[in-house]
Amino acid sequence: MALEDFVDLKLNHYNKDGIEVVDVEGEIDVYTAPRLRELLIDLVNKKNYQLVVNMEKVEFLDSTGLGVLVGGLKRVRAHDGSLDLVCTQERILKIFRITGLTKVFGIHETVDEAIAARKAEK
Amino acid sequence: MATVEVTFTPLPAHVRTARLVATAVARRSGVDESVLDEVRLAVGEACSRAVEAHRRHCPRQPIRVELTDHEERFEVVVTDSAPASENGAAPAAGDGGAGPSQEGRGSPRPGEHSGGGLGGITPPGTTEPADLQLPEGVGLAVIAGLADDVRISPAGAGISVRMSWKRRPHPETSLRLPGAPRIPGQRIPSFV
Repeated sequence: MALEDFVDLKLNHYNKDGIEVVDVEGEIDVYTAPRLRELLIDLVNKKNYQLVVNMEKVEFLDSTGLGVLVGGLKRVRAHDGSLDLVCTQERILKIFRITGLTKVFGIHETVDEAIAARKAEK
Repeated sequence: MATVEVTFTPLPAHVRTARLVATAVARRSGVDESVLDEVRLAVGEACSRAVEAHRRHCPRQPIRVELTDHEERFEVVVTDSAPASENGAAPAAGDGGAGPSQEGRGSPRPGEHSGGGLGGITPPGTTEPADLQLPEGVGLAVIAGLADDVRISPAGAGISVRMSWKRRPHPETSLRLPGAPRIPGQRIPSFV
């Protein structure tokens, strides 16, 4: 993998309270989105159906990225799972608002809040 | 009227380059800082759409981005060479080439489509089942929600997506020497 792959988008994931948290840093666009998609698919294949994607360090998100998140959401829902987002940046939230996806995704201000909200639903 | 033109091979990696150039030129042209993120996103969407269309139909043809500093607005035109019938954003017939004009900002309307991935919905090189994808036309709908004006029209073998934003007037700080032409809107400081 080329160096710029890591410069444009950094991905990390860890488990917290039984929920897999994916930290995303950088730009999610047509070039980098496949990596996020592969990670979400891999997590679901490993039976991680409760996901939180932390986008607080995302600097750019376009419809390609939205498509990856929607695909991930649908995959986990096929297993009665969930995919919530953490995002407070208005410039990132804007594309969710334009597309109406604020009504589809649970969007929270912190990872702990997202986890707590998901636990409360159970 | 200053124009910057960028031509790039339809590779996903170059979409970011086009975004960066467009943002830099927009800033220099006087587009408000609060709007620059919208310019960046809209240009990215248009270029992503063009890249996907080219990768399907004409991967060796370059994509062209023209950035023009008009008097009252900043305009970006992204032109591709993908066959219009497969492009998925063919303008309505009878428009005389003007294409449908989107109001933008709150009244998005996805372009007409007959197949092909609009807006780079599925990352190139991946095969995403249809039921896991966003509906086609989302990319153009996003652009319509960001730009002050959007026009889609035929251009050669493909189509052009024309987006524009209002810009700030020229700064009123420069002095005018006697006999020099007056810049519209310029306020001349008085030393008397």
